[in-house]
Amino acid sequence: MPELIAKSALHGQAPKVALGTTLSEGVVEKMVSVAPYPGRGAAVDAVLGALGLRFPAAGEAVAAGDVRLIWVGRGMAFLLGADAPAGLAEHAALTDQADGWAVLRIAGPVAVDALMRPFPVDLRAAAFPVGKVARVPLNHMQAVLCRTGEDAFEIMVFRSMARTAWHEIAEAMDVLEARARAS
Amino acid sequence: MRLEGKGLVDRGAPVSFTFDGRSYMGFAGDTLASALLANDVRLVGRSFKYHRPRGILTAGSEEPNALVEVVEGNQQTPNVRATVQEVFDGLVARSQNRFPSLSFDVMGVNDLLSPFFSAGFYYKTFMWPRPFWEKLYEPLIRRAAGLGRLSGRHDEAQYEKAWAFCDVLVIGSGPAGLMAALTAAQAGADVILAEEDARMGGRLLSENCRVDGQPGADWAEAVLDELRGMPNVRLMARTTVTGAYDDGTFGALERVGLHRAPAPHLPRECFWRIVAGQAVLAAGALERAVGFPDNDRPGIMLASAVRSYLHRYGVVAGQRVAVLANNDGARATARDLMAAGVKVVGILDTRPDASAVEDCPVYLNAQVTGTAGRTGLRSVSFRHAGGAAVLEVDLLAVSGGWNPTVHLTCHMNGRPLWREDIAAFVPSPGAVPRLTAAGACNGAFSTAGCLREGRDAALVALAALGRAASDVALPVAEDAPYAITPFWETPGVEGRQWLDFANDVTTKDVKLSAQENFRSVEHMKRYTTQGMAPDQGKNSNVAALAVLADATGRGIPQTGTTTFRPPFVPTSIAAMGAGGRGAGFAPQRFLTSDQASRDRGAPMIEAGLWYRPSYFPKPGEATWLESCNREVLMVRESVGVADVSTLGKIDIQGRDAARFLDLVYTNTFSTLPVGRVRYGLMLREDGHVLDDGTTARLGEQHYLMTTTTAAAGLVMRHLDFVHQAFCADWDVRFVSVTEGWAQFAVAGPKARELLATLLGEVPALPFMGVADVALGSVKGRLFRISFSGEEGYEIAVPTRHGEALFRDLLARAETMGGGPYGMEALNVLRIEKGFITHAEIHGRTTAFDIGMEKMVSAKKDCIGKAAAARPGMVGPEREQLVGLKATGAMTAGAHLFVPGERVHRETDQGYVTSVCWSPVMGAHLALGFLKNGRARHGERVRVVDHLRKIDVVAEVCDPVFHDREGVKLRA
Repeated sequence: MPELIAKSALHGQAPKVALGTTLSEGVVEKMVSVAPYPGRGAAVDAVLGALGLRFPAAGEAVAAGDVRLIWVGRGMAFLLGADAPAGLAEHAALTDQADGWAVLRIAGPVAVDALMRPFPVDLRAAAFPVGKVARVPLNHMQAVLCRTGEDAFEIMVFRSMARTAWHEIAEAMDVLEARARAS
Repeated sequence: MRLEGKGLVDRGAPVSFTFDGRSYMGFAGDTLASALLANDVRLVGRSFKYHRPRGILTAGSEEPNALVEVVEGNQQTPNVRATVQEVFDGLVARSQNRFPSLSFDVMGVNDLLSPFFSAGFYYKTFMWPRPFWEKLYEPLIRRAAGLGRLSGRHDEAQYEKAWAFCDVLVIGSGPAGLMAALTAAQAGADVILAEEDARMGGRLLSENCRVDGQPGADWAEAVLDELRGMPNVRLMARTTVTGAYDDGTFGALERVGLHRAPAPHLPRECFWRIVAGQAVLAAGALERAVGFPDNDRPGIMLASAVRSYLHRYGVVAGQRVAVLANNDGARATARDLMAAGVKVVGILDTRPDASAVEDCPVYLNAQVTGTAGRTGLRSVSFRHAGGAAVLEVDLLAVSGGWNPTVHLTCHMNGRPLWREDIAAFVPSPGAVPRLTAAGACNGAFSTAGCLREGRDAALVALAALGRAASDVALPVAEDAPYAITPFWETPGVEGRQWLDFANDVTTKDVKLSAQENFRSVEHMKRYTTQGMAPDQGKNSNVAALAVLADATGRGIPQTGTTTFRPPFVPTSIAAMGAGGRGAGFAPQRFLTSDQASRDRGAPMIEAGLWYRPSYFPKPGEATWLESCNREVLMVRESVGVADVSTLGKIDIQGRDAARFLDLVYTNTFSTLPVGRVRYGLMLREDGHVLDDGTTARLGEQHYLMTTTTAAAGLVMRHLDFVHQAFCADWDVRFVSVTEGWAQFAVAGPKARELLATLLGEVPALPFMGVADVALGSVKGRLFRISFSGEEGYEIAVPTRHGEALFRDLLARAETMGGGPYGMEALNVLRIEKGFITHAEIHGRTTAFDIGMEKMVSAKKDCIGKAAAARPGMVGPEREQLVGLKATGAMTAGAHLFVPGERVHRETDQGYVTSVCWSPVMGAHLALGFLKNGRARHGERVRVVDHLRKIDVVAEVCDPVFHDREGVKLRA
């Protein structure tokens, strides 16, 4: 059997640049959902400690180097950039999520303005600092929004909706560019 | 007429625009209204009902008369207020509700017939015969009355919606708003200052006033400069706050591209949702008119508007001006005009005790008894303390006092309070939580009062936010008391005194309403239509209820106001629903096989937001049915491939996973061996079927549930509910993996042969088995399950490999004489096999109804079990799943009757849920529900669909038409 070709959700999509801000598709090689069983919080933290991580609080992303653990909902986080450490499956349900999500990245001076069109969320630095994560609707899609830098964000949506998600954010950037040109 | 050296328009930037086909010049900074007045155009519209000639009354968004159509390509926007629309090069505007032209409108005959058209006329006159109202009277009346016209085309222009968050939202940028914004901003709060006008400054731009010794407009500009330099301040001009909602949320409409030529991606409007910790309402006040005969002629204008046109735009709308007022404030109009060299022929003051000292004649106790000039004011007749007189004037500035703009404070059911001293309604404090009203909208009518209240409101907001206030000095400004004696209408005169210009309502209509016993202000509004036009009564509400109060012998506070509701200004649905038109209405979900299916010309249909191939046409096939028939026979005789990735997939793990499944499914999963799959049925708490699907046991503590496509989200929500509500402490966790796996059905007698070429060796799977498989280095799963009735497999790989596998499977299938099949064939195959979908489990059917009551385990409890056993949920009176076979086509939605019986709701025996033409059986098949149906196999029923004119006789049979013993799928 020859190897099956792998394709990302937005395969071939060129980055979009407007007003010094870039929207691009991110790559997810490894992503596993971690859902600790009841009463196993300390045990989970002990295992994660080996990676320099702990289970994140609601709305939080914790990182150690390139390995990140992002809160995504009640009692669940996604581990990115590493395989689940040995022993974690004893205390938490682990499920591969790498193929289920599309990741979009946006970085630049109008990233906040562009995102505050489709996302009904306060992205002022004080309310949504670096490392903050939220489950928020991206118009009619459920998304995970994470601030990765002062002007940089990561957006995750279900893979099948990647094109719509791209369109919504790209349109917001187009509109901001047209506004800037007009003023 | 434009005055040299006056106004804030940019004289260095002339612009050209057209109105009713004629070309005019204006300047950047002009509104259409000011530019038309500068060009001496006074007649701009026809009234709604009587087609009376109308001019410009105001200088703001409350304008009731000057409504025009703005034309843009093949689109036109009706009811644009000329007082809001800014002029730009290439603007095309035209008047509306006139034929053939604005100056000669044949429908003006309505005005001569007006004695017949008083309020309530239509209701009384056109009652009989009743069907005529809808078919004849209403269309005729609507054609005669009316405002602008729509293009009739989709509005494909760009619109935008956006969110904004701040600590303090300041609504309005007059003296109160500027002081509030400055005070809050200097304390470090995040401030949004929203202003409806294109230019900030409010009345400071329209009055001859001084603040801290500077002209008001200069002071405003200096404050704005300071605000612009602060990173915590956002200035939003051309943005009208339209509504106040819960939790400090406000709606706001920004005019983004309406004041310039269209450009790619430039939105026409943006609808903002602004969430504010605190808000300061500094929306100002609206001047009100006075009732006198024929007070609606072009050339009769609010006194404040006359000053706006003078100071803001350097325009006067006439050569000989008179002022009619009941308050001191309007005197400024006469003084400012005279200072600008305009002839003021007199001030008509309705008060007997006002000062008569001015540089022009002052007539006290004056009442206008009539006006002349059909398309433009020529003269005013009036009586006064010294007798009666006629003044030749072409502009009459009118002031009946001011109404604070209380609207937003009423959006959460607050009622304004009447203040006798200023004869006006003011906001009731606390009517909108976290909002403080300041300045003229709070009844403070002096500049100094506005500045002070603005600052104080910001201090209130800062205190509530827990912020230390900065020390902001109050500028010095005029602080004259507001002296007014109410004057609503002129007593003892003939002729119509207009209240609601936009809807052609007179004082007489209001009195008639009271006389007909519509005495409540809300009833008066409905009876007369006062306040129901685009201006929503901004110009007329208070005067109308004053007249009503008088007519009913009550006071104004007892009469009360009607309810002010959002939006404050007309707001386009296109802006509120920006991006939601056409494909933007909902997310689109695409399969990994999407491009491969489209490459083969498959029409896509949407199912649960997914786009799925309907059928795969081959050359020579003229209809979908031909393709569908071929695909069905292909699966029955050879092999077919279909993308079934849309089915919901839920990964369930934990020591209590089996226990959890036993609770949510009617049947038992704890006994399912590892490596096997079981069909499961799920009930709602009320005992009706929620969903069905297969669940595989991948490990001792690891299951994979599949759901139907349509109910994937619903089932996930149900599991979350059951888990959180009934067994939160169980050792079970689950997460959706629907999107993580691309899964393809391979079905037909040659299915195993096809898979053998792909996998080398097909695991020896029994029917309803599952195994891990390897495709090169890719790990996949192979299920032996069938939704077609043939030997069937579903092969799943991580989604990133989906497209490659689909194309590979198709190539192999086609080499073997098979190929892809779409939703149509999939549906026929499952109907032939009697498999249900949500067409059958539509929310009102039970396990008993679909013949699966034996699947409700007697050995354990499950969600919905008790409710499903209630009386009436089982028994012969229930409509039960049956198959129907006929020689003529049936339709889903048709109802079933006993042949020979009357076709009537009371003799209804059931209904059809799914239909198809079966190329295998050579017959029309259907699934449906028939009363006591399982006992009636072999009977004949009449299938009737009145909507689609279907009336055929069908044979009732078992719902499984194909391979009833299941030999083929177990092969």
